Amino acid sequence: MQTLRKLTPAFKRVLEAFGLVMAVVILNFLLIQMAPGDPVEVIVGEMGGASEELIAQLRQQYGLDQPVLHQLGIYLGKVLTGDLGYSYYFNTPVLDLLLQRVPATVLLCLSALFVAVLVGTFAGAFSARKPDGAGSHIVTVISLVGYSAPVFWIGMMLLILFASVWPIFPVAGMQSLRKPSGFAYYLDILHHLVLPTITLAMIYIAYYSRLARTSMIEVLGQDYIRTARAKGLPENKVIWKHALRNGLIPIVTMVGLQFGQLFAGAVLVETVFNWPGLGRLAYESILRRDYPTLLGILLFSAVLVMIANLLTDIAYRRIDPRMRKART
Amino acid sequence: MMSSEPMQATAAPVEAAPAAKPDHPMRETLKIFLKNRSAAGGLILLGLILFATIFGPAIYGVDPYEMVWMPLSPPGDGTPLGTDYIGRDILAGILVGGRVTLIVGAVSAVMTIVIGLVVGSFAGFFGGRVDAALMKFTEFFQVLPSLLLAMVMVTIFSPSLGTIIFAIGIVGWAQIARLTRAEFMRIASLEYVKAARAAGARDGYLMFRVILPGSLPPIVVASALVTGASILFEAGLSFLGLGDPNQLSWGLIIGQNQNYLMDAWWTVTCPGIAIFLTVLAISLIGDGINDALNPRARKRG
Repeated sequence: MQTLRKLTPAFKRVLEAFGLVMAVVILNFLLIQMAPGDPVEVIVGEMGGASEELIAQLRQQYGLDQPVLHQLGIYLGKVLTGDLGYSYYFNTPVLDLLLQRVPATVLLCLSALFVAVLVGTFAGAFSARKPDGAGSHIVTVISLVGYSAPVFWIGMMLLILFASVWPIFPVAGMQSLRKPSGFAYYLDILHHLVLPTITLAMIYIAYYSRLARTSMIEVLGQDYIRTARAKGLPENKVIWKHALRNGLIPIVTMVGLQFGQLFAGAVLVETVFNWPGLGRLAYESILRRDYPTLLGILLFSAVLVMIANLLTDIAYRRIDPRMRKART
Repeated sequence: MMSSEPMQATAAPVEAAPAAKPDHPMRETLKIFLKNRSAAGGLILLGLILFATIFGPAIYGVDPYEMVWMPLSPPGDGTPLGTDYIGRDILAGILVGGRVTLIVGAVSAVMTIVIGLVVGSFAGFFGGRVDAALMKFTEFFQVLPSLLLAMVMVTIFSPSLGTIIFAIGIVGWAQIARLTRAEFMRIASLEYVKAARAAGARDGYLMFRVILPGSLPPIVVASALVTGASILFEAGLSFLGLGDPNQLSWGLIIGQNQNYLMDAWWTVTCPGIAIFLTVLAISLIGDGINDALNPRARKRG
């Protein structure tokens, strides 16, 4: 314990994150153990049958003739060396499959997060200036819709409106069939990105606008804001510079906690828009009952969430000076 | 489930308190709640939805599993809300499908709330190492992509109503646990709890008879949110094809007609509106309870 206390907080966070990832690995292992039939039967099923010899050989290869703890050790060793198993359906090692799909998901999640934080904060801060004004009521209504409508359904409604009734956006995918070259290539991806981003951002716009409003109302009532106003600063500067900095803290906290949910939302959005990311892969592997891929995605997303959490932690310290020293 | 909780919390004191005691806090809470138009609207909306799903199929009388009309025919052209890709009546499907959606949503919400309450109250009451261990456990579930974990569990243990309820219940309780823990910690330091402890009350009595009642209000509000989230969760799972394939639910109807989205908007729009209205009603009720329990927050926005 003594040595732990001496470690820098950042390093401690990294250790904790690593611990959580390990917990996910163990959970994965337990899920495989609890699943009806052992992994070999699943693999054999995927291959469409195999001889007794091959089954015995596979069992030995997977260490299934060993005690459970030993098996866990084998599994941990494999995962740590990057061996997440083999997808018989896609005929590729799971890790390669995941790495192919990661960029699309990260692109979608980050752009949705960006839009949500930007729009949510502005809407919330704006409506906080007049808590009973029309703007405030609009924020309430929008956040109720964002909370209550299923995200995949919002996506479908946007598709009907903006890809069918008024076809200004593409129906599905991330790129046009005929890939344009040069700068147009990126514009094409951007064009495909608009609807999925709005869909995924919708829930979080609802969330953050409410959060920002509550926290801004609280901050605007504090003494230092009164001081800032009293010394004659323009109102815009008071709100967007003095108040927003503190008003942002709960949002940053929430962003950190919600990365996992953001990813979960991406699964649904990617399915609706045929977006070639991890979420779409999850849907495809459910359809094929492709367990190694599905478990690999779970593990991989946990790692992504941990990295994202670490980054938010750093952002948190930057915004809130008190946290620079205090946080353990 | 959701509808009964706030009703119990607010309706019981009305019978107990005669008109002579107008200042009973619960009575005032109920008054504020009912005066709140959106909350009352939510209650009525939820009532209508419950009525439609319980009695609707019998009144409407169309078999939702049978082909009754031309596939993908639009609303008003033979059927009120149109037909799906194999000619089944959408309205009949919505009326029947609501049962699965609402039951799964409600039962899994109860499971979520119970797990959250137990974990949170133990962590908040005992503190120290128990707290640290339980909170690590909670953090684990909070950061994991819950939908993905539920998807994995349902896929591995084969889709059935039981598996789905279990999966939703097991992944969503972290928020309730955190809230309960915070409330327990706050209340455990209050005078009356210290007094009860000094008088020799046992831990179990302190936790569930002394502290729990005081910590309920914010938990009731959060429970409304959890119920809405569970319904959305169920819809998401059955949309992905992880529902019970033999039982229609709103999400399943949307998922099955996904490919006909562009040609037959009604097949996905109508069941989606049903989900939206149900969750909206529950959110409005939750907001209403929140405002009624916490009038200060209401005035401030």
